[in-house]
Amino acid sequence: MHSFGYRANALLTFAVTILAFICAIASFSDNFSNQAPSAQIQILNINWFQKQPHGNDEVSLTMNITADLQSLFTWNTKQVFAFVAAEYETSKNTLNQVSLWDAIIPEKEEANFWIQISNKYRFIDQGHNLRGKDFNLTLHWHVMPKTGKMFADKIVMSGYRLPNAYR
Amino acid sequence: MGLVGETVDSIKSIQIRQLLTQAIRLGMIVTSALIIWKALICVTGSDSLVVVVLSESMEPGFQRGDILFLHMSKDPIRAGEIVVFNIDGRDIPIVHRVIMVHERENTGEVDVLTKGDNNPEDDRLLYAKGQLWLNRHHIMGRAVGFLPYVGWVTIIMTEKPIIKYILIGTLGLLVISSKD
Repeated sequence: MHSFGYRANALLTFAVTILAFICAIASFSDNFSNQAPSAQIQILNINWFQKQPHGNDEVSLTMNITADLQSLFTWNTKQVFAFVAAEYETSKNTLNQVSLWDAIIPEKEEANFWIQISNKYRFIDQGHNLRGKDFNLTLHWHVMPKTGKMFADKIVMSGYRLPNAYR
Repeated sequence: MGLVGETVDSIKSIQIRQLLTQAIRLGMIVTSALIIWKALICVTGSDSLVVVVLSESMEPGFQRGDILFLHMSKDPIRAGEIVVFNIDGRDIPIVHRVIMVHERENTGEVDVLTKGDNNPEDDRLLYAKGQLWLNRHHIMGRAVGFLPYVGWVTIIMTEKPIIKYILIGTLGLLVISSKD
């Protein structure tokens, strides 16, 4: 009962249990943070809008993205992954989501940003339904913790529309 | 050495009844672990409860050696979720983020495109030849929770199998030679 083996075993078990407990508490404490992020997206220009050779529509646009995601950071946050997606409906598909831009925000100071860029990923439809299409732009964020449960949510901004003709 | 001598002595003095009791006790521990494992699989709805992150394609969020807890519900798959999927013909699951979703009207069938956060291109290169999209049946679960570093044990045991044999051998010896 007092050999080295028993003591080492008991110590190790206790250490692992305490560690697991601390991780659970750290993750649980994330539930108490007040999160009030804000964002605005403005489409500056539709650069071009064409039908690809294999029949799918493609758009290139330049956006102005302003966001303040600082309130999402807690002491248990490793990074926040933010991305902007275009959401729209077509006759064939009830929901289409196309990610246009994303960024990894490793620290709270970098979470209040303003950026003007053209879409990082290609905005291609399954088909050629985009002419005159109304769509929403959503800013999603995914909080990746140092340990424990991951949280995700989004802000939906509606009222954007694609031009009626190719250009 | 004293420890070896002690172990050899205790192996010599084993009685049948004691041995059987030990074996049954061991069997009970193994089966209750299995019961808990299967119950958790039932609750979370995914075939494998945890996956170990093996590549750097999701850095800096997920490093090699982290483990991810999976959950699979009937909720539709949406952009931004981190999903674990299997490509036909490959047995290692891949953990990447969904960047494109096209959900069909009535059937609820969905076409999904994924990409690792740290990869420059989307995953079409990884999919099977001619496959452009993932469907629901490819996806094993969504990642909902995360623990750092714990997966290194699995990685070490897979990449250097000798350590697995040493570990199991030592554990077996300890079980046989303990007098509880």
